[in-house]
Amino acid sequence: MTRIIVVTSGKGGVGKTTTSAAFATGLALQGYKTAVIDFDVGLRNLDLIMGCERRVVYDFVNVITKEASLNQALIRDKRIENLYILPASQTRDKEALTMEGVEAVINELKETFDYIVCDSPAGIEHGAYMAMYFADEAVVVTNPEISSVRDSDRILGLLASKTKRVVENKTPVKEHLLLTRYAPERVKNGEMLSVGDIQEILSIPLLGVIPESQSVLTASNQGIPVIMNKNSRAGLAYSDCIGRFLGEEIEFRFIDAKKGGIFGKFFGGR
Amino acid sequence: MGLFDYFHANRKSADVAKERLSILIARDHFHRHQPSFLPALQNELLEVIKKYVDIDQDDVTVSLDREEDCEILELNIALPEKRHNKEA
Repeated sequence: MTRIIVVTSGKGGVGKTTTSAAFATGLALQGYKTAVIDFDVGLRNLDLIMGCERRVVYDFVNVITKEASLNQALIRDKRIENLYILPASQTRDKEALTMEGVEAVINELKETFDYIVCDSPAGIEHGAYMAMYFADEAVVVTNPEISSVRDSDRILGLLASKTKRVVENKTPVKEHLLLTRYAPERVKNGEMLSVGDIQEILSIPLLGVIPESQSVLTASNQGIPVIMNKNSRAGLAYSDCIGRFLGEEIEFRFIDAKKGGIFGKFFGGR
Repeated sequence: MGLFDYFHANRKSADVAKERLSILIARDHFHRHQPSFLPALQNELLEVIKKYVDIDQDDVTVSLDREEDCEILELNIALPEKRHNKEA
């Protein structure tokens, strides 16, 4: 049974595409056949983060308008087996993502894929709505910053009212909180909202906390999803998220400023 | 600097952020769960009252509260202290 995951946030620049790339790569590394779709029509970026920008020939909108088949548009990752990318169109109007068109593409992917990861555009307009509509699960990416938390709350409201699962009276979309750009030292100094604060405000289960890390920019510079870097705290934190997502119990790390604290046993400053 | 300002200036910014967010999100949720006719109702009431008394948009508030299985529609109309009778 295919699971459809939307990576969403409301606010821009919080790490949706980085998370989508990490998530899709992580699931594929676990042996699941995974497709990741860029819903940000007009502002295509997932291909860059995945390092396959020079291999884009056809895109999501071409498949919807039947100018290309799904197999022609899907890009097979060269490094990881089972991983496929469906890039967004760079030129088309976002209205080209029709509900029927998106559904047809998702239904075709469902025939062969275990997971479909939908990388949502920022905002709460049509593209974001299309990305979340068919989702079974949602990863809500949030920065420890007030406008991001507020926007995440807004997105949670939409997930609870504007998705196919709600319309069809099924069990609601399963929500996961993913905190990114977390700086434990700043939290300790009272300069940043803590994991606990944000969880209390949004009240959804915590999937993971990605520490602020230089390796995220390095990874994007190189077009290698950060989860593939086993020397990066951010990469390891994303790997933990995948484990938890698949049902493992994994202790949270990198959330405590103190070396040897309850949570940050293994890694101090790096 | 007053005592309040003194304490305020010494508060951690994360605590200020949390307090602001909690209030904001409670308000967002309140507005989200309001039925969509409320703003229109508020405007129409305002128009009617304006025929008789000179009041502003902010002087009429309409809200809907839920208490268990009972809904309370609350209208709050603040009339100006002096009567501005339009005929006068």
